[in-house]
Amino acid sequence: MRWLNWRLALFILVFITGVALSLPSLLNLKEGPKITLGLDLQGGLHMLLGVDTKAAIHSKIKSIASSIKYYAEQNDILIDDLRVKQNEVSFKLLDPDDAKKIEEFLDKEKGLKVEKIGEEYHISLTPKAIEEVKQYAIKQAVDTIRNRLDQFGLAEPTVAKQGKDKILVELPGIKTPQEEQRVRKLIAKAAHLQLMAVDEARQARVDQMTPEEAAQYGDVILKDRHGRKYLVKEIPILDGSMIKDARVAFDRNNQPVINFTLNSEGARIFGDFTAKNVGKRLAVILDNTIYSAPVIRERIGGGSGQISGGFSLEEAHDVAIALRSGALLAPVYMEEKRSIGPSLGADSIRQSMIALISGFVLVVIFMAIYYGIAGIIADIALIANLFLILGVMALFGATLTLPGMAGIVLTVGMAVDANVIINERIRELLREGVSVKKAIEQGYKNAMSAILDANITTLIAAIVLYAYGTGPIKGFAITMSIGILASMLTAIVGTHGIYEALLPKIEKSKNLNLWFGIKV
Amino acid sequence: MEFFRTDKIYDFMGKAKYFMTLSLILVLASWALLFFKGLNFGIDFAGGTIVQVRYDKPVDLPKIRAALKRSEVFKDASVTLFGSDKEIVIRIKSSSKNLKKDIGDEARAALAGTGHFEVRRVDMVGPKVGGELREKGLMAMVIAILGILIYVSIRFEWRFALASVLALVHDVSIAMGAIALFDVPVNLDILAAILTILGYSLNDTIIVFDRIREGIIESTKLRSLDEVINESITKTLSRTTLTSLTTFFVVLTLYLFGGEIIKGFSFTLLIGIIVGTYSSIFIASPLLKILGFNLEEYRKKLAEKKRRQAEKERMRAMYEQGMV
Repeated sequence: MRWLNWRLALFILVFITGVALSLPSLLNLKEGPKITLGLDLQGGLHMLLGVDTKAAIHSKIKSIASSIKYYAEQNDILIDDLRVKQNEVSFKLLDPDDAKKIEEFLDKEKGLKVEKIGEEYHISLTPKAIEEVKQYAIKQAVDTIRNRLDQFGLAEPTVAKQGKDKILVELPGIKTPQEEQRVRKLIAKAAHLQLMAVDEARQARVDQMTPEEAAQYGDVILKDRHGRKYLVKEIPILDGSMIKDARVAFDRNNQPVINFTLNSEGARIFGDFTAKNVGKRLAVILDNTIYSAPVIRERIGGGSGQISGGFSLEEAHDVAIALRSGALLAPVYMEEKRSIGPSLGADSIRQSMIALISGFVLVVIFMAIYYGIAGIIADIALIANLFLILGVMALFGATLTLPGMAGIVLTVGMAVDANVIINERIRELLREGVSVKKAIEQGYKNAMSAILDANITTLIAAIVLYAYGTGPIKGFAITMSIGILASMLTAIVGTHGIYEALLPKIEKSKNLNLWFGIKV
Repeated sequence: MEFFRTDKIYDFMGKAKYFMTLSLILVLASWALLFFKGLNFGIDFAGGTIVQVRYDKPVDLPKIRAALKRSEVFKDASVTLFGSDKEIVIRIKSSSKNLKKDIGDEARAALAGTGHFEVRRVDMVGPKVGGELREKGLMAMVIAILGILIYVSIRFEWRFALASVLALVHDVSIAMGAIALFDVPVNLDILAAILTILGYSLNDTIIVFDRIREGIIESTKLRSLDEVINESITKTLSRTTLTSLTTFFVVLTLYLFGGEIIKGFSFTLLIGIIVGTYSSIFIASPLLKILGFNLEEYRKKLAEKKRRQAEKERMRAMYEQGMV
């Protein structure tokens, strides 16, 4: 074992580790660490969603209105002209003596700005409360969408807040346009369930009524799925936030329906309301469409209800998921979308593999021709470098993207640079008549500062790219950086070890053309 | 095998004015192109939508264009073949926020009846995201250049740093001029390519500068700056050419076989490698001279540094021997 030195030992160790770590990814084994393929290589859906926070603020205002109304009813306070605008609620008291009571109530609620103009109260949110509502809406959207996608059963969905106000959704599992469309609908579904009272006194006139007139009575006009109009009380009896569970079931005609259960508070409100309104109709509304409006026959306890009406099984399944994971406080919309079909990803892998292999072969042959055995030694380092890049990526579960593949291809060209610099230095010394042993030692020493400077500057560019790039471009920065760092080990330490081991042979043969490709 | 004769020193500095003139023309022409023609910003930076569609037969472009004309969303679309005669790319400047019926769905609807096809890629970037990416991209360029400038300043004298950054500006200007000339859509991958050129070209320049510094320190007989530079460039010539060649090989294979999607990226790199290699050999070092690099002063500074270092070591040795 006289040929073994520490550099060579380290190189062999690194080489074997690199091969061992990259094999699971290369052979597609079930066990072991593996490189994740980016969406651009395996196909899938990437979306950046925005959140319409204005809508969240409006719905907060609406829920304040509901709670004022509920409090007033509970405490026999008569209020008049309760109105909801974009950013404020206003109302009047019929009996000024109630002012103290209602003001106490409003004081207890946090984040409200209360103004009294004449007899009219105007209630809006403080700037701090508005910011809180926005942040909460974004967080809630992230949680809700994640919940829905987890339940939908796709492989490895990613849902995360990105930047200040965006949501990143990545779905590698999507394979067909139909599947993609269904998932998009599921994400976008507000799943806003409301139970509202039909305004029986005026319902007969609904077809002649304008929305403005309806608003005067505190009503809104909503349509059912067949386009029939209903006049319902604007402030709902209760909404989907009180839902405990929702499941798909089948009705007597074997049509899919959704059964939902309310939590205890919801059950109590529902019970109270149905007891007081026997004989009137109750509208079940999902995302501003009335699904049914049955007549209340008796008090409904237990807090369960049903949404029925022409769902396909798939739709019912998705609606149930959406109801279970909660409504979106604010609608989401698409800011960025990248969807890649699996066949395109496979093409990209194939094409970049062809580029990698042909580039690799060209470089390997060129080095061998130009430098002789010194070139072959550099080639061995290059092969080790490739395995090391893959191995390190697998170890850290890094994502390989199409630009990442380009980064590996580029590394093949640039990693031999260190060996070119070293070999040129060795040649120079050999020409000056220095002994082989000294030429190798001195050559490595002279080349060092240039190699370090060169690699560090490239690394700076790669790090900046990583910090500022997105998705696929980050992949390029990753493979470049790993490639540069790996080349320090393989091209500098590794080849040096090989030379040391071969030194007795080189000294004996004296054929510098064979070993270093020069005639002296 | 050897490319360059080693017993001959090439006279680069003697011909510097020709190369400087050529470069000046190229840079000015590139700036003119960038100013008058402008870059063709792709959807990453400008916002918009790209739909890539593959048919099972060679496509009938007029028929597809006619079909798209009838659609509200795609009536102003540009349609081009993409890589083969069975594959097309549809580009529009607008984007859609709708999640329930998105632009991919619209495309499928609009193309119905034009043959059997598969929508393989839909890239859509809204105006807000486009603006943010533009900002981030610019930041990345500035920070990369600053970082490199700081690093080189620490490692070398400031004129070396300035000369290498000017060479970088030269390389990036010409590469971007070529991008503008050939109408390559500028997306994030082009930014990555430009940053790679920054690192790569600097790499070459630094190796020459490293050699110049070494030449200054080691040369015992007094030589002019021109002589030192000529010798340093000659000595690094085969390294510069070789590394550029191997890198050029792999990028060329990427350009030829890597597929349509990374054509723009590999094209930019190809230009960058050629220009970067050229500037490291012919431009960076003359710039050093133009910036007023003074050999005598630098030598004095180095000698002073060496003297102080020696003094320090002497003191330390004395200290360790217990003399102080």
